[in-house]
Parts: sequence; structure tokens; C-alpha cells
Amino acid sequence: MAQIELRDVGLSYFTLKQETEALRDINLSIEPGEFISIVGPSGCGKSTLLSLISGMLKPTKGKVMINGTEVSGTSPKVGYMLQHDHLFEWRDVLSNLIVGAEIRRMHRGTAKRKAYELLKRYGLREFVNHSPSQLSGGMRQRVALIRTLVAEPDILLLDEPFSAVDYQTRLTLSEEVFHIIKDQGKTAVLVTHDLSEAISMADRVMVMSKRPSTISTVYSITFDEGNDLSPWKKREAGRYNQYFNAIWKELEEHVVTSV
Amino acid sequence: MSSPLYDNYLKVQKRKLRLIGLARLSILAAFVILWEFAARWKWIDPMLTSKPSQLLASFRELAFDGSLLRHTWISGLESLIGIVISMLLGTAIAVVFWWSTFASKVLEPYIVVLNALPKVALGPIFYIWLGDRYSIYGMAVAISIIVTIIMVESGFKEISRTKLKLMESFGATRYQMLQMVLLPASVPHFIATLKVNVGLTLVGVVMGEFLSSKAGLGYLIIYGGQVFQMNLVMVSIMMLALLSVIIYGFVNLLERYARKKYNYES
Repeated sequence: MAQIELRDVGLSYFTLKQETEALRDINLSIEPGEFISIVGPSGCGKSTLLSLISGMLKPTKGKVMINGTEVSGTSPKVGYMLQHDHLFEWRDVLSNLIVGAEIRRMHRGTAKRKAYELLKRYGLREFVNHSPSQLSGGMRQRVALIRTLVAEPDILLLDEPFSAVDYQTRLTLSEEVFHIIKDQGKTAVLVTHDLSEAISMADRVMVMSKRPSTISTVYSITFDEGNDLSPWKKREAGRYNQYFNAIWKELEEHVVTSV
Repeated sequence: MSSPLYDNYLKVQKRKLRLIGLARLSILAAFVILWEFAARWKWIDPMLTSKPSQLLASFRELAFDGSLLRHTWISGLESLIGIVISMLLGTAIAVVFWWSTFASKVLEPYIVVLNALPKVALGPIFYIWLGDRYSIYGMAVAISIIVTIIMVESGFKEISRTKLKLMESFGATRYQMLQMVLLPASVPHFIATLKVNVGLTLVGVVMGEFLSSKAGLGYLIIYGGQVFQMNLVMVSIMMLALLSVIIYGFVNLLERYARKKYNYES
């Protein structure tokens, strides 16, 4: 059974002036442990799709299901990682990490132990009592990811999590985040407008069309060199450029027709 | 080890700071001396302007019989209570506005009108409703609360929506958002509001005392004016300046403490 399933999902925004159809006829199913990237022209509703999966938004049409049950509101099974880390400056790293646990009224001690263990595992142990302002941008995003993991979700929604850091950090960070997610065995949905990121991290890349958006093509990313390559290796693999060009071309068409 | 160049830089900077301090003091000294001799030599009428030596004498007199301290204390206490009330009440109202968009939309024009209204005009109403003592608090709070609401509310609005989205993704209730994000994130705004409030509340307190009271520095000033005792008026004004500096100093201490505790860069 698919872990995440969207059936004929549509979403419209209403304002006093007009009605905007953002998403139309989205059908999508994601298996446990899969890594999916979503790319598309800006403003096509990629992030909206994540909000639907997380239960923060309700679809105007169709159904969003997680493990076969229809989504109604946010669930501890789903974790969100945003473009900005939004670490709270008034808390140190450790107490930032247990924010989710605090909200969900999980046991504090357990959450702290879990946070500490993850920090240790991913090389951030010495920063446990630092304040966020003492960390670099890349470290902050890793802490933000760990904050999401402490709440023990099965599914991670990543909304352009690398776009606020510089290019170099971005490459290493995406590599690290990829390994953390695989290591933890989570299902991940990544929204990005960086094609190389999308291709190098995901098992499947979904391309969305302009508004009203739908999923226009799904690329299964496979390499002759094997499928457990790291993002870094995938960027060097043989078929990488083919995927890149194909997706680029398709996106270009969407952009041109939308002008 | 610091280089000689750096030592020299520090020396120059220190000299600049000393010069600024010296210039400040000399302005004050020059003003006081000029005032004193201008009054002595009758360039100006000491009946109207008084003079520093006389001010010192009446300061001593008032200080010794304890009345100056008493009036200052009363005004200070009134200001503090006024500040606390308007901070608490103003923040509470701002929270209500954040909580309920409906309430905020409905009440917005009233806030705009109340903000524009000169609160001093409400003096007689406060006097009749609250009596001579409590009308001072009425005036102090009336003058500062609207600004408190507006400043705290705009602080809430500045907190990024995605920060709240993060909270929402964890399933946070509105109360949790308030308690875990809005209030701690607003600490710098609270401090800024507090600073504005010190000045405004003092205006309110003195205004209130002008209108109705039997004690406090505002009362002393009005009384001194009525009996044509410029010494009394000016000594009271100086105490008022001192009082505002002291309260402001407290706020600065509070700010330093809060910035440290909540880890805000100053």
C-alpha cells in the first residue's frame, strides 16, 4: 500500500476579487522509503502540494491519504522542513530540538535523549548548548532537520530547504541531508527549483505544469552505475545529463507557454 | 599582543570620548554660570527666571523637610504603576487582536480614532469618574496604552509567517504559538515599547497631577506657578528630569538582562 496517496486532488484559492485554481487533478502515490522531488515553474503550487500532504491545507477536491487514511489536520507522522531554519534565538540548540516534542506533549526526557543521540550521530554534539546565532547556515539547517526528526515522523516534507544557504554549503548540505534521511529510513518529498538537486537526490522526479498545475511527467531516476549512489556520485553518473536536459526542456516549455 | 598601531588607535578613540564628555559638561557649566550672573547683574529678571544659587537653596530646603522626596516618590510610583498597567493591558489587547482577526478588523477604526484623540481632553472625565487620585492613573494609561497596543501588535505582525507555519506543522495550538513564539520573539519590541512608555506615562502622570492632584511633582509645579515661586517650579522640573532618567536607566538594565536571557543581539 502506498504511504502517501493523492487522488484527483484539486485546490482553489478564493479572494474577494477572484478565484484561482492552483492545483488540478493531481494523482500521486509514494511508497515507504521513497525519495520524491517535485520541480516546476515558480508559482505552480509545489509548496501548496506539501501543505496538502501535511494536512495544513484541505483540498477543495479529491482526497489526500496517508497509510490509507484520509488526512484531516496535521499529524505527528509528517515532518516539515522549510527554506529557513527558524531556530528560535531565545533557545539553545538542545531546547530548539525539542520544540516539536514540546508541542506534541511528548516526554521531555525521551525527546532530549533522542535529540542528543541524533546530534552525536550527525557530528553536532559539541553544539548542544550553543545558541543558534553561533552556528553557520549549513549547521543551522542540519539542526532544523534534526528538530524535525526528534518528533519521529515517517514522512519528511522538504520545502526548498537548501535555497537560503550559499552554493558551496548547498552542495554539502544536500549530500548530508540525503544521507541522514536514508539513514533514518524516512520517506521524503522535496520541493526545489534546482534541477541538479532534484535529480541527484530523488528516486523519482515529478514535473509540474503551470497553473492550474498538474503533474505533467514523472521521471524514474535510475543509473547504470547502481541506484544507491550518493547525490555527489549521481551528478557525475552517465545518465545524469540526459535527465537534466529532458527536465530542463520540459520546464522551459511550461515557462514559455505561461508568458 | 596588540600592535602599536592598534594601541594608538585605542588612544585616539579614548581621547575622542573624553573630549565629547568634556564638551557636554562645559555646556552645562557655561549655561549655569551665565544664568547665575545674568540674574545677579539684572540682565534678566530673577523674579521670572530665578537663578541657580537660589534653586540650590530651595532644593536644600525642600529636600531637608522631606517634601521633595515625598512628591518625587509619589510621581515615580504613579508612573511605574501606570507603565505596568498599560504594558500588561496593552499587550493583552494586542494578543486579542492577533488571536481574532475579526476583533482586530472590527476595532481597528476605534483604535485609529483613539490614537488621534488628544487624551488630555479626557482629563475632566477621568476626574469625575475616578476621583482625584485614580484619575492620574487613568490619564497615564490613556496616554500610553494605545501606542502600546499598536507597537506590540506590529511586533507580532513582524514575526515571520513561516515561523508560525513551522509551529503549525508540529500541530501547535494558537496558545502554544503565543507562548512559544510570539511572546519570546517580541521581547525586543516589548523593550522598545517600554522605552516609549516611560516618556508617555510621565506625561500622563504630570498632566493628571496638573488637573487634579494634591501631591506629586506635577502638583508642585502647578502650585509653584500659582504662587509665583519660580524656584519651586524649576526644582520640581529638575526632579522630574532626574526621575525620568532613573526610570529610563531601569529600563536599560532590564533590556540588558532580557537581551542576555533571550539571546538577542543588541
